[in-house]
Amino acid sequence: MSFFLETLAGGLLAGVMYALVAIGFVLIYKASGVFNFAQGAMVLCAALTFVTLTERDVPFWLAGLITLAIMVTLAVAVERVVLRPLVNRSQITLFMATLGLSYIIEGGSQFVMGASVHELDLGISDLPVAIGPIQLSSFDLVAAASAGALVIALWLFFERTRIGVSLRAVADDPQAALSIGIRLPVLWAAVWAVAGFVALVAGLLWGARQGVQFSLTFVVLKALPVLIIGGFTSITGAVVGGLIVGAADALAEIYLGPLLGGSVSTWFAYGLAVAFLLVRPAGLFGERAIERV
Amino acid sequence: MADPILELSDVSLSFKGLKAINALSFSVERGEICALIGPNGAGKSSALNILNGVYRADAGHVSFEGKRLRSIRPGAAAQRGIGRTFQHAALFSGLSVLDNVLAGLARHSRATLIEHALGLPRDAAETRRFREAADETLSFLELKAYRDRIVATLPYGIQKRVDLARALVARPTLLLLDEPMAGMNGEEKRAMARFIAAARDEFGTTIVLIEHDIGVVMSLSDHVVVLDYGRKVGDGPPDAVRNDPAVIAAYLGKPH
Amino acid sequence: MPPALAAALAPVRRPVLPALPVRAAGLALLLAVAFVAIPLTATDYWYNAILIPFLIMALAGLGLNLTMGYAGQASLGTGAFMAVGAYATYNLLLRLPELPLPVSLAGGGLIAGAVGLVVGLPSLRIKGFYLIAPTLAAQFLIEWVFNQVGWFSNYASSSAISAPRLVFLGYDLSSPAGRYALTLTSVSVVTVLAWRLVGSQTGRNWRAVRDGETAAAVIGVPVARAKLSAFFVGAAVSGVAGALWAFAYLGTVDARSFDLDRSFQAMFIIIIGGLSSLSGSFIGAAFIVLTPILLTHLSNALLGGSLDGGQISNLQRILFGALIIGFLIKEPNGLAALLGRLRHPAR
Repeated sequence: MSFFLETLAGGLLAGVMYALVAIGFVLIYKASGVFNFAQGAMVLCAALTFVTLTERDVPFWLAGLITLAIMVTLAVAVERVVLRPLVNRSQITLFMATLGLSYIIEGGSQFVMGASVHELDLGISDLPVAIGPIQLSSFDLVAAASAGALVIALWLFFERTRIGVSLRAVADDPQAALSIGIRLPVLWAAVWAVAGFVALVAGLLWGARQGVQFSLTFVVLKALPVLIIGGFTSITGAVVGGLIVGAADALAEIYLGPLLGGSVSTWFAYGLAVAFLLVRPAGLFGERAIERV
Repeated sequence: MADPILELSDVSLSFKGLKAINALSFSVERGEICALIGPNGAGKSSALNILNGVYRADAGHVSFEGKRLRSIRPGAAAQRGIGRTFQHAALFSGLSVLDNVLAGLARHSRATLIEHALGLPRDAAETRRFREAADETLSFLELKAYRDRIVATLPYGIQKRVDLARALVARPTLLLLDEPMAGMNGEEKRAMARFIAAARDEFGTTIVLIEHDIGVVMSLSDHVVVLDYGRKVGDGPPDAVRNDPAVIAAYLGKPH
Repeated sequence: MPPALAAALAPVRRPVLPALPVRAAGLALLLAVAFVAIPLTATDYWYNAILIPFLIMALAGLGLNLTMGYAGQASLGTGAFMAVGAYATYNLLLRLPELPLPVSLAGGGLIAGAVGLVVGLPSLRIKGFYLIAPTLAAQFLIEWVFNQVGWFSNYASSSAISAPRLVFLGYDLSSPAGRYALTLTSVSVVTVLAWRLVGSQTGRNWRAVRDGETAAAVIGVPVARAKLSAFFVGAAVSGVAGALWAFAYLGTVDARSFDLDRSFQAMFIIIIGGLSSLSGSFIGAAFIVLTPILLTHLSNALLGGSLDGGQISNLQRILFGALIIGFLIKEPNGLAALLGRLRHPAR
């Protein structure tokens, strides 16, 4: 039983991290209506930039600020150069554009900063911590706590502040939002900047967990099931979806894996997502219903 | 004698508590042109959508050619000989005029995938037949000049006519026209009215149409049904309806 | 406006130019080059590094184009379908050696098509972008299955699967020229079949579903059948490409060559080459195959080889990404349309 709880707890902790990454997607989906495949590349870029700076003995806080500035600039540039010209096109077109974007960011980051694996030390120790009958990693706990704090901050931001409410108005009806004076470019820039910041934090946490390397971009492939299950337009959904996917992945790996003779985590979350799509297409907390024939 | 091809009895439809159609009953004779008119939001499009299977009525029933239309899916309605046009033409934008019209015959196609791929005789014969039918319809609606043009490049009025061609090519028994003249100028409307009447005269197609231009409606149709807030407030030949006080009240006395 | 009809509004979009009208003479010239001039002049390097992968990736892109470009059904499963084709053909060649080579190839394709049909079933309920999810699920699952279930690779470790001898009508096709002949013939035959389908009622139904699914359903186009056939044919074509990749190019069946990156590559080919354009798949494939080679030569010439392979591939990623975005913004119908416009500037 305690093994089950441990697996579950480990999965939930990983799930918080998935949720953090997923929130970045939700933000951009709400602002620009697109699933930003380049989010993973942005996470990589953030982590790489930070690590490259600290390796050159730039102090932690300064590296953080510089990285943040770069990420925000990048995010705003993307919104301007890529998304605005494609504003009326189909979702698939937008998705393919972000695919192209991810290639640019990946290629660019690695060209400038190299492709070898970098160790990232955030000063968070990784020790076993006993909580009741189960053992968890202190790093996982701290990471989850930080991610969780950020999640709560974002939730408050978007549910309780003017910008957040404006954003929901824009997502519902851009024309009406314009007509009551909401300045869209500012709003979009703000959202993309926040998404860039989220990418930075996620990049740092993930990078510290498993090293900063190319495979960070595949974090985006885990986000899609989270969004499908939780709903593309809800931060709460991203959190719940992240926890579900994290837990399901961990449990499936341990219990289903040996039955089928191998690592099932590549596809299990997707299978779950497809089941959701067939049964509850809008996701648990999503608003937009998918059209049916 | 009276030969109702379409009968609605006590049909009701609600959207999230809002009653779009309330106990609507009327019948349409075979070969007549029946117009559904009424202020915006009166439920006309909803009624049309029910006839076509796009919406499902909550109550009441619809009979077509004596048989109930029960929970019919749009493709099945097409199979039974009910065709329709759309408010904004809804053409297949990447296809030519000819291809759009040919799409209207899709449900009559019997050739299979393999036959298409290998060009087997049944496919060749069918293609020839379909092309002839399409060309005939294009001539009928004076669209021959646009035959190979991609529809997205065409003026709106022509697109609406292509929409009509697409619906007409399969010689439907009942044709539902959703605002066939919306967005047209006077001359285009007259042309469209001419084509609609010609379709009925030439092919015996029964026509139910939604239209806002009262002048057109009165001269074109044999039978007018007036809706207001989902209810029927007038039903009869154009002259009778035009002078009906209830109808005038519904329109606040202002014909378009 | 009733929601069902809102969906039926034609999308605001620039007109799709008709498929590049390769005039009869131009086509004849192309075929003469392909079937006659090349075999007389090409070197092994050209066969192995350029012509064969070009033809195969063009076919893979063609398969995806049928599903996604013509029928509008998004799919990131091309790699998986190629894998099915490769493994199916391998097992047919291995376990039923009396079947002639073309039959095994075709069989591999048909089996891939059947898998594609199953993968396409969710498309009856899920539309647009979300369709990516089931195809991704299929991509990951199928990759996993071939890695896990040893029967498919005859219980050999992946590096040791060797392709059975390619023999047809007594000719040994395992030389570069022989493999080129096999590839060219297969690709030509499949392309002709695809071309016929696209011009037929099936192709028309596909495009109707793509351009206005609700309207199509209302006027009686068999939407479900159109979607499933698009997946079936697309997967079958990609399956044949996968089999050719394994046997005519790599010389082995390796699941890793059919991963998600392969699916992305196919998608790039059709975006750059031109969606819903048969010739576009070829143009796009030529582009994808030649660019890395050109970049390497360019960097060696201009920068004296100071850029290593990794850096070049990074540059390539940047280039591809920029091109994809550029094409999507400026010329959504890809190089095929661009070239078409060069030939007919009045249009």
